[in-house]
Amino acid sequence: MALLELRNVSKIYHLGGEEIRALDDVSLDIGAGEFVSIIGPSGSGKSTLMHILGCLDTPSHGTVTLDGIQVEKASASELARVRNRKIGFVFQFFNLLPKLNVVQNVELPMIYAGVSGSQRREQALQALEMVELGNRLKNRPSQLSGGQQQRVAIARALVNNPRIIFADEPTGNLDTHTGEVILALFRRLSQEGRTVILVTHNPEIAAVTPRRIEIRNGRIAEKVDARLAGLDRLAASATPAAAVAGA
Amino acid sequence: MIILNSIVIGLKEIWAHKVRSLLTMMGIILGVTSLVGMAAIIKGMENGMKEAMIAMGGVDKVLTRDQQVPAWQDHLADQAPGITLVDVHALKRSAPLIRLVSPEMSLDDVTISRGDKRSDYSECVGVWPSVLEMNLHTLEHGRFFNDLDEEQARPVVVIGTGIRDELFGKPSEVGREIVPLGETIQIDGQPFVIVGMFQEYIGEQEAKERARAKLEAAQGTSKAAAGPKRQRGWGRRGGWAFWRKNYTIYMPLNTAWVRFRSAGRGTGIPDPRLTDMDIKVADFGRMEDAIQQARNVMLLTHQGIEDFTFETQENQIENINKQIRNARMSGGFIAGISLLVGGIGIMNIMLASINERVREIGICKAVGATGPNIFLQILIESAVIAVVGGLMGLVVSELFVELIGVLTPSQNTPMITREAEAVAVGFSALVGVIAGILPAIKAARFSPIEALRYE
Repeated sequence: MALLELRNVSKIYHLGGEEIRALDDVSLDIGAGEFVSIIGPSGSGKSTLMHILGCLDTPSHGTVTLDGIQVEKASASELARVRNRKIGFVFQFFNLLPKLNVVQNVELPMIYAGVSGSQRREQALQALEMVELGNRLKNRPSQLSGGQQQRVAIARALVNNPRIIFADEPTGNLDTHTGEVILALFRRLSQEGRTVILVTHNPEIAAVTPRRIEIRNGRIAEKVDARLAGLDRLAASATPAAAVAGA
Repeated sequence: MIILNSIVIGLKEIWAHKVRSLLTMMGIILGVTSLVGMAAIIKGMENGMKEAMIAMGGVDKVLTRDQQVPAWQDHLADQAPGITLVDVHALKRSAPLIRLVSPEMSLDDVTISRGDKRSDYSECVGVWPSVLEMNLHTLEHGRFFNDLDEEQARPVVVIGTGIRDELFGKPSEVGREIVPLGETIQIDGQPFVIVGMFQEYIGEQEAKERARAKLEAAQGTSKAAAGPKRQRGWGRRGGWAFWRKNYTIYMPLNTAWVRFRSAGRGTGIPDPRLTDMDIKVADFGRMEDAIQQARNVMLLTHQGIEDFTFETQENQIENINKQIRNARMSGGFIAGISLLVGGIGIMNIMLASINERVREIGICKAVGATGPNIFLQILIESAVIAVVGGLMGLVVSELFVELIGVLTPSQNTPMITREAEAVAVGFSALVGVIAGILPAIKAARFSPIEALRYE
């Protein structure tokens, strides 16, 4: 069974009596350890898809299974618990809490997981070491560069050791070079065996992943065969052209 | 865990918006100040009244007062004898429920002098030795009168320290305590020998102050050294009841009669009536019976004419308690309203604050905060603001009470009680929690996506 299973998922919004199908009958499997990008222009429904995949939202129709949990039936508190334990989020605007320093920001998910103080500090330090920010523990987010802030956000996403990392336009607010550093970090996470899902509108960024899921008008327009890409994952991630050729 | 973190975050929020937090807390600060201040004032009143009550002779003392004869005895009014020594002897013999009878014959408007010094005020009374127990006097120097003094109407007096201060000098001014035993003073020109002096009666408040002053003087930190001793406000401190008691001059009852009353001071008519006859009951629990017994005895000696009445301190205590209850109620009401207003201020600011922090709340939810987590966090934040405000209120109320003490000196110095402080802080915490409920519910209901999208 795949880590994430979507079956006939629709998300319908009602805006002033008009029905908007942000997602229209989407079925999708994402296996454990995959490095996937979800790509599409703005308004295509990719954000909605990410919200549903990330348990931030529930579908109007269809079923979502995450690591064996029926998401569409879960209560808000259960969803929060799933997000806390199984998912790490990285956002375009970093979304760090401005009043907390770097370590406290990274500790935040563990507070809600009920981890004890000393263990929290230890795990946060480990996660920050991993993103090479072990020397900026007491800084406020506003005292860090964009790339550093995003690395803090990644540390925060990793700290509860989740199975899935969601990144929503993680390089959108960064310059090209810093963006590459961040993408390299995701690639490393993927190589370490985590499931990484990258949401972007930029095909160049999507090109780093072996598998791409393209969304148009709420439907999956095209996808790269996971098994094909998986055969040559390292090569594919190294040369974007190969991934395209593999399609 | 989450609770501790929420408290820390709450304190950070307060610190991050110092001015706003202070304004928010103002309502609570004022509420706590008025609650604690009011309680302190009432406590001061209560203390003053209780002390005065004891200074006047305690609760088991019953005063016998002259009274106009009832309407139906109007035709007998000219036969009304008034309260005399006959009543005293009768009560002593025939009323076993009465433990102590103390006749008093006071001499109004007498001049107390010694050389060129005079005392403008005095409580000059002819008494029996039973007055000591009746009015709870403590003889510190010399002796009291004996039967011989009484029988021979000797010109001897026992004085309070106030009279000593006026005629011989205050210890604080003279530098040593004068004990004028054996000295002679004039009462309306007649020489009297001082045979005893009472201790100095002071209220608890003043006793404390003096102890403090003494301590400061001993440590050499007294501020008084810099200039003349500053007296707070006007008038005499320490309570009028104590003050009055210190101006006592007692002489044997017979002396007052023979040397003053029998000559008919002022009117030329000898007046054997007592100005006061105080009694103490043997058993406080049988107060009613004792008074009835006294009344029966006295109706006999007065030939049925009811020209007297009894006044118990119980009536007075009841009055005091009633006053205190009323003051407490109105004070509590005012303080309650200010705390309520403070609570509304907090609710208002918390609603504004969560609207500012929609994004932060969204982030917390995205990384795994549940609705109840957020609810608790906002609730605690609100309570933290209120409690911090409450604690600041305690500080302000200390200053406030100090200020009252300086501005309106009275015998009833307000006294802050721990109970009032605990109630005030507890109540502000409660107000904070209640004020936080609505904002907390609102924040807990934010959808994470909406919150994250919010700019």
